[in-house]
Amino acid sequence: MRVRVKLAAFGAVLVASMAGTVAYIIDTRQEQERQIAEAPPVPVTDLKLVSQQARIIFRSTAIGDDYGRVAVVRLDDPDGARAFTPATCDRVYSRQGEAVCLYSKAGFVTTYRAEVLDENWAVRRDLPLSGVPSRTRLSPDGDWVATTTFVAGHAYTSPGEFSTETLVTPLNGGDSLNLEDDFKLIVDGRPNNSQDRNLWGVTFTGDDDHFYATAASGDKTWLVRGSLKTRELVALREDAECPSLSPDGTRVAFKTRNGQAEGQWLIAVHDLASGRSTLLAEKRSVDDQIEWLDNDHVLYGLPRSGNGPSASDVWTVPADGSGSPELFIPDAWSPAVVR
Amino acid sequence: MYISIRDKPASDGAGGPRGQRPRIAATVFLLGTVSLLTDVSSEMVAAVLPLYLTAELGLSLIAYGVVDGLYQGVSALVRIFGGYLNDRTNRPKWIAVAGYGVSALSRIALISAQGFVAITAVVTADRLGKGFRTAPRDALIADVSEPGVLGRAFGVHRMMDTVGAALGPLAAFGLLLLVPGDYNSVFVASFAFGIIGVAVLVLFVPDRRTAGGGPGLPLRKLFGELTSPRLRRPLLAVGVLGLLTVGDGFLYLSLQHRDDFAARWFPLMYVGTNLVYLLLAIPVGRLADRVGRARVFIGGHVALLAVYLVAAVPSGGLALTLLALGLLGCYYAATDGVLPALISPRVPAAARGSGIAAAQTVVVLARFAMSLMFAVLWQFMGPSAALYLAAALLVAGIVVSARLLRGVDQAEPVREATS
Repeated sequence: MRVRVKLAAFGAVLVASMAGTVAYIIDTRQEQERQIAEAPPVPVTDLKLVSQQARIIFRSTAIGDDYGRVAVVRLDDPDGARAFTPATCDRVYSRQGEAVCLYSKAGFVTTYRAEVLDENWAVRRDLPLSGVPSRTRLSPDGDWVATTTFVAGHAYTSPGEFSTETLVTPLNGGDSLNLEDDFKLIVDGRPNNSQDRNLWGVTFTGDDDHFYATAASGDKTWLVRGSLKTRELVALREDAECPSLSPDGTRVAFKTRNGQAEGQWLIAVHDLASGRSTLLAEKRSVDDQIEWLDNDHVLYGLPRSGNGPSASDVWTVPADGSGSPELFIPDAWSPAVVR
Repeated sequence: MYISIRDKPASDGAGGPRGQRPRIAATVFLLGTVSLLTDVSSEMVAAVLPLYLTAELGLSLIAYGVVDGLYQGVSALVRIFGGYLNDRTNRPKWIAVAGYGVSALSRIALISAQGFVAITAVVTADRLGKGFRTAPRDALIADVSEPGVLGRAFGVHRMMDTVGAALGPLAAFGLLLLVPGDYNSVFVASFAFGIIGVAVLVLFVPDRRTAGGGPGLPLRKLFGELTSPRLRRPLLAVGVLGLLTVGDGFLYLSLQHRDDFAARWFPLMYVGTNLVYLLLAIPVGRLADRVGRARVFIGGHVALLAVYLVAAVPSGGLALTLLALGLLGCYYAATDGVLPALISPRVPAAARGSGIAAAQTVVVLARFAMSLMFAVLWQFMGPSAALYLAAALLVAGIVVSARLLRGVDQAEPVREATS
């Protein structure tokens, strides 16, 4: 009798949990289908047409069948019609005639890929990639590509946990360089050999040698200037992450903790000649590698709370601390300006 | 393979007639089922957490990883505390229920947890629950099993546990194919598996008093048991070997460095290791019962030594990677479940939870210390040289531990204290 009661109780728990889960999943599926059906149609234009002029390439996060696809808008009409490319990326960057695409391939075993794409969005080259896509950049001359991913099993103090892996790969052949293993880090004139070093968020100069990136150790981060020739990374200032070099090469935009809580960042611009930094007018937390719209404005993605999976928009704000943020491209992420 | 079921206290006789294999208690299968369901539940979440944090919440994983490292120490303390509470209250079932319950509840909390602090709190709760429940569960397994089949009993449990760990990620990514991008569905399903696991534990696992119904053991006596000569040498040997165990994170990383396939299919490395582990858990457990648990435990570390050497070779392809994963699976099969089977006969039932917890904590802390030291070696010598050095030290460690464990297998199991 007692066993019967127990079996009945177990049956009830089993049925309730299974039915609840299945009901939740069915409900979610229907909600997703409803959202796709009800989503306002995105104005679409011709890819060839847009690709002939100055443009912005980005990951489209508009709800619908093209969610996650790389799209292109005209630079002078960023919230106008977008043209979809065949590529689907989590993180994309592009220059004239070339793009780099990081994506996770969903499946029973999720794998991660990085590919260099040609002007027709066909795969030109596979890059090594072993973790969740985070940042990527091409050098202005197209000779180098940098990728940053989150990798399991890299963190020294807690094997199996996460840290970043940043690779710089020459596109004309040759092996990838690992910023952590292949470069020396120099902070305040002294080499820093600590085991918990982490490096991420590369931005290239146009001289085929120098780049900027983030170095971290302990609870500190630094803006570093790296050299591909000397294999050195020299810290320029503290508390600066994910640098992005301005088109004229005089300033670096970055995100900074600036005394904020864990996981909160403001964005700022560092003048390389004077060493002075200016906080920008955006007050919300930005976790993105900034892109320069032109020498006076920056672009960055912000997640949008509420409906749909990973809703996000691209915003713009003046690069000198003045003005106020403005919505630039709705339903977009990972912008790259191509002229 | 033939496994029959019985569920009688181990103390009521020496099993069946000569020639008939002693049976594995039903409780072991029930606890195995609880672990299987709980592991499906926790590995579902673990598999999608990195994607969820970056893609959905836009959190920087760096911060997550930094804080996460701190929990290892906390988890070790909770483990000891779980073992102590087990012996103090003498209610292993309900201590285990608390541990499994906290982990199950943490899943549903993930749905509303938005932001860095909330997520880390939830993940911590899960870890703490895991640390807390391990010792009382292993004490229960030891209590319901014949001393002669402890290795096989733990093997059965670990095999079921590992099946759950292998199924979890598949279930999670399968779900995400069904409802793309909806991580909450994964958390809800994970919660359901967790609750069913707790239900099996609460409803069907007997509420045994491991020390035969007596009151709990006072702290001072407990401490005396843990430092008794019977336990001192095994704990020392386990500590020495733990100190020379390079974390599998480093081993996978080293394989990944030289093999493109390993780099691309990184998540499959865990699956491969787990597959070998679950296939070997029972046979190796039986082997341990037959030829001696200490011997098999040492043998596991010889397999680990071979992994170091295979991983240290500067270049190698798919075949070497598979060989390394297979050997790593052997190492887990010969150590994870064999350790409690080795320790529990050497502790009186009244102190069993603490004894098992002590051995597991020694392993966790020793490995953590090794990770810190090995990181420095890795940094300055490079992966290959660091692994060769670790291999040389492990040879010495194996020799020392083999001496320390000599005679442990032959020794009479400890007689129950009468007071």
